[in-house]
Amino acid sequence: SQYSALFIFFFFQQRIEIHKLRQGDNLILGFSIGGGIDQDPTQNPFSEDKTDKGIYVTRVTEGGPAEVAGLQIGDKIMQVNGWDMTMVTHDQARKRLTKRNEEVVRLLVTRQSLQKAVQQSMMS
Amino acid sequence: MSAAMDTESTYSGYSHYSGHSKKAHRQGRDRHKSPRSKDGSRSEKSVTIQTPPAEPLLGNDASRAEEGQDDNWGETTTAITGTSEHSISQEDIARISKDLEDSVGLDCKRYLGLTVAAVLGLLVFLTPIAFILLPQILWRDDLEPCGTVCEGLFISVAFKLLILLIGTWALFFRQPKADIPRVFVFRALLLVLIFLFVFSYWLFYGVRILDSKDTNYQGIVQYAVSLVDALLFIHYLAIVLLELRQLQPVFTVKVVRSTDGESRYYSLGHLSIQRAALVVLENYYKDFTVYNPALLTASKSRAAKHMAGLKVYNVDGPGNNASGQSRAMIAAAARRRDSSHNELYYEEADHERRVKKRRARLVVAVEEAFTHIKRLQAEEQQKAPGEMMDPREAAQAIFPSMARALQKYLRTTRQQQYHSMESILQHLSFCITNNMTPKAFLERYLNPGPTLQYDRDRWFSKQWTLVSEEAVTSGLQDGVVFVLKCLDFSLVVNVKKIPFIKLSEEFIDPKSHKFVLRLQSETSV
Repeated sequence: SQYSALFIFFFFQQRIEIHKLRQGDNLILGFSIGGGIDQDPTQNPFSEDKTDKGIYVTRVTEGGPAEVAGLQIGDKIMQVNGWDMTMVTHDQARKRLTKRNEEVVRLLVTRQSLQKAVQQSMMS
Repeated sequence: MSAAMDTESTYSGYSHYSGHSKKAHRQGRDRHKSPRSKDGSRSEKSVTIQTPPAEPLLGNDASRAEEGQDDNWGETTTAITGTSEHSISQEDIARISKDLEDSVGLDCKRYLGLTVAAVLGLLVFLTPIAFILLPQILWRDDLEPCGTVCEGLFISVAFKLLILLIGTWALFFRQPKADIPRVFVFRALLLVLIFLFVFSYWLFYGVRILDSKDTNYQGIVQYAVSLVDALLFIHYLAIVLLELRQLQPVFTVKVVRSTDGESRYYSLGHLSIQRAALVVLENYYKDFTVYNPALLTASKSRAAKHMAGLKVYNVDGPGNNASGQSRAMIAAAARRRDSSHNELYYEEADHERRVKKRRARLVVAVEEAFTHIKRLQAEEQQKAPGEMMDPREAAQAIFPSMARALQKYLRTTRQQQYHSMESILQHLSFCITNNMTPKAFLERYLNPGPTLQYDRDRWFSKQWTLVSEEAVTSGLQDGVVFVLKCLDFSLVVNVKKIPFIKLSEEFIDPKSHKFVLRLQSETSV
């Protein structure tokens, strides 16, 4: 029914809280991003829809704060600390993730494997 | 370790291949020993007697002696097997008699057509002059005087007749270059038209002017001028019908030679079948490589061996089912697991290698030979008068050093029939005279050239027959097929229409060429 569909919609997404690691003068999160509205969406290997210009996680360093928090490669970042990341340029995304006065970032990510699992359970 | 093992396995495979090829090479050599006699084809089962082709009954001694010398100029000993030079086969007799009787018949027809056209042309040319002169001769005193107008008309008639004469000479006075089976429809049509036209003018002139003795001389002269004008327009019609109409290409014609499948494409306009055949034949002599019967024997012997050794036994009782028997034979031959494809592959690879080796030796020999010759400049010619040679002597001086290599190469590529020692010497002196390089000298021998390049005796194709299901004077249509047959082979001609082309335009503004960079950057955070 409709309510179960809404529930399932929220389960598509996952909230991940990353505590930044201090390395010298910098605060690093331990992953790399790709994508943005100023980039070429067809070259994104992780997106299902090749016109999707969102921000995707392209690499996760081993043992870094992101991996510890549960971020996986291929995740699409929907929000960072409440800021929307689906319609931003690459540089804006980088800036929102690397604010010097923030020690913790809360990401809202969506994952294809999650989507597929829920879709399959909806079918059956 | 694994790399060493790999190389070992490939090495063994290679030696296996080379062993096999040696066997095939030996086999090939044994198989080819018999047909390598001077005169063409010998299969295992039948012997055909063939003389050097198209030798006339009263051949001159020089050519015959040269034929005998053919094999000896490169090597010291050769065995001439099989035929004697003085026998003539059935085929040659048929060929010679056919030549004789055809030449007489077609000449008559050709000359008849020419005389009719010439007489008509003369008549037509003299008619306006007759129109003008006859009143002056017959009833001069009754004619009205007609001053400047008539003189102006006389001048115009004179010049128009001159233009007509030059135009007719340019268009029609040509050596007939071919004998065709039927009359040219358009030419006959034009002759008939001219005849009717001039006849009607004479009729009118005779009735209205001569009989009534018209005194209006200006009218008569203007009548003659109108005749000349109309003749010029007929001449224009002749140009359009005979020359211009077939210039625009409408059909593409594919010509395939029946013996070896060599094919060419030509573009033709609206022509009758016989004229299209003429065009094809004219191009055949320069485009197709020369017909070489020596190259065809290999496939025939292969095919013979494929069906050989099969015999049909009828075990079910008497009954002569011939078609059933032959079908059974074909099926059995197809199912039989023979390795003739293998043989063909290795034989061809072997032949390729042999040809390349001989070619390399030939090129080196010729290059070396050419280095011995140096052209004397004008000043040097006075200084050393004793040693000077003309091109012919220079050619004879360097010829022996390359003769053996050249003969071996020609033997391997089966071209030895087409080049006699005399022709090679001539070509060599020609090349020396014109400062050609060894490569330019060899161009004629390395690849078989078009038929025109060779001596007429070697052509195998002088008398042609047009075989066609439609009338030969009908025009070309899409899908028409006709065959041009000569004694030894035939050319199959297939006509296709050039498709209707729909061309549309698209305008691109030069300012519309704009580009953007597409990036995919990755930033680590």
